[in-house]
Amino acid sequence: MDSIAGLLTRLRKVNPLWWQAGFIIMAALLPLPLGDYHRTVLWRTGIYVMLGLSLNIIVGYAGLFQLGHAAFYALGAYTSALLNLHFGIPLLLTLPASVIVAAFFGYLISRPILHLRGDYLCIVTIAFGEVVRLALVNNIFGLTGGANGLSGIDRPVLFGLQLRQPIYHYYLMLIFLLITIFAVRRLQNSRLGRAWMYVREDEVAAEAMGIDTTHVKLLAFIIGSGWAGLAGSLYTGKLTVISPDLSKFLESVIMFCIVVLGGTGSIPGAFVGTLGMVTLPELSRALKDWRDAWLGMAMVVMMVARPEGLWPSRRVQLAIRGETEKNQPAPVAGD
Amino acid sequence: MQFTQQMINGITIGAFYSLVALGYTMVYGVLKLINFAHGDLFMWGAYLGLTSLNVLLALLARTSGWAILPAVIVVMITVALVGVLVDRVAYRPLRTAGRLPPVISALGVAFILESLARNIYGASWKTYPTGITPSGRITLAGGVRVSAMQIVVLVVSSLLMGGLYLFVHRTRIGTAMRAVSLDHDVSRLMGIDVNRIIAIVFLIGPGLGGVAGMIVALYYGSFDFTLGWVFGLKAFIAAILGGIGNIPGAMVGGMLLGIIETLGAGYLSPQWKDVIAYVILILILIFRPTGLLGERVAEKL
Repeated sequence: MDSIAGLLTRLRKVNPLWWQAGFIIMAALLPLPLGDYHRTVLWRTGIYVMLGLSLNIIVGYAGLFQLGHAAFYALGAYTSALLNLHFGIPLLLTLPASVIVAAFFGYLISRPILHLRGDYLCIVTIAFGEVVRLALVNNIFGLTGGANGLSGIDRPVLFGLQLRQPIYHYYLMLIFLLITIFAVRRLQNSRLGRAWMYVREDEVAAEAMGIDTTHVKLLAFIIGSGWAGLAGSLYTGKLTVISPDLSKFLESVIMFCIVVLGGTGSIPGAFVGTLGMVTLPELSRALKDWRDAWLGMAMVVMMVARPEGLWPSRRVQLAIRGETEKNQPAPVAGD
Repeated sequence: MQFTQQMINGITIGAFYSLVALGYTMVYGVLKLINFAHGDLFMWGAYLGLTSLNVLLALLARTSGWAILPAVIVVMITVALVGVLVDRVAYRPLRTAGRLPPVISALGVAFILESLARNIYGASWKTYPTGITPSGRITLAGGVRVSAMQIVVLVVSSLLMGGLYLFVHRTRIGTAMRAVSLDHDVSRLMGIDVNRIIAIVFLIGPGLGGVAGMIVALYYGSFDFTLGWVFGLKAFIAAILGGIGNIPGAMVGGMLLGIIETLGAGYLSPQWKDVIAYVILILILIFRPTGLLGERVAEKL
């Protein structure tokens, strides 16, 4: 474990511009030699990184336990689908609407529950996620098509080009992913981002320093939920068939684990987490039946051996290591 | 008449919720941890009950209701031991790690238990052998019917809950349990072995949960691996409803939730009955996070 940490520290010293340029070139070239199946897996990976980053704002920066994030993903997907099916609006134009609807619901549910923290918040968000799923399953207002969901949604069209091949969707996703990463990085170091982390570390002190804690927590929920709606809209564009399964509790857990296993508050952590939670299980379909057990095992071992995540953000690492150094459980051999 | 009938059905379901809710509330009391794995331990009770019943009936070579008794004991002991094992492996190393890591770990254990059940027993519905549960019915005044099985469920769960209440309030270990739920450090100073008490809690909670799983499966006759998640979340709502960490609260909360849900399904819509439960949970947490009987403040500074 020491050698891994040492390696990460050394890698951090390389000029970040090189990393960013290298990452973009890699991401652009990666799907070219692959077949459609693997391109789709890459696309899925990207979507979950986006979801992880959006949840990261709520869980990682503001420190609020959100275990119903998939509901907003589903809300975004359904908004796009419904606007397209009923009003014939092209899919890419429904994107802002998906973001707004998801963000609005984020506001609506988080407003009354912000005074709750920790486990209680976590439970309310689970309940909200389940209410959304059941509403979709029960065909609320006759709109959502029940358990079968909606189908026959148009494919997105960009400059007269109908996006049919997985590769087009991959690049569409990549553009939004890059925007997301850029935006999250800017947010992280902004006044608001620092306020979030302050609230996470010590809410009372943050309030004493003049931070409107309710306001910043609310903003975390709104921005995070809206971003999940964006990912949902992209999903609708690719699959053209959606079902209430999008808002399953398992999906919320996967998103939550991406954030926590990767390292709360860490952008590279979201990639590492997605790789472990989504990409590897997807590629090892032979082990599909045991996927959940594998995920569960990873969660338990990770928490016991390395609770700060695989690629923790610097500040989180310092805080956790400093506070509980003496009480840290002994690292498990072979980690 | 319909109302009384619904009440009786509601109380029966409420008894199940109460039994499972006790496991959540006891663990939360001593550890401040939502033991997400509890629902799946409960589900394992149903599966293990099925296996041990089938083995016993095969050994006896005839169908007899008496086979249920040894099966219940096997289930209780096995699930209780699994509960202690889960605590030892997944929660105990995280005692000092804050509140988030144990919750993730608990979710992980829930995934493992569910996946194991699905892979070992298959994803299809399982049915208990028929003809071993009492099948009579009593018709009360006004045509309200109570099945013999409902009476058995109510008697057994009252006995279990009453026993637990006496255990927690009248014995030394019970007193130690209550002390640990107030303050770990002070309990340790008073000479209580905190980890041993927690292990006992993980014996009793899952033990009761396992028995509840078997009774639920006997009552409904069939079940599948999603039983743990559905009942687990409901029972957790029941625990919150009564005030989590509070043992009588879990009993009251379970009964209330069972009744509300049955009435909601009967008078409003069966499709939306789960939504009713969740909405109650959300409202309770917003307006009275300590639950109906809870004394503890939701969030200390």
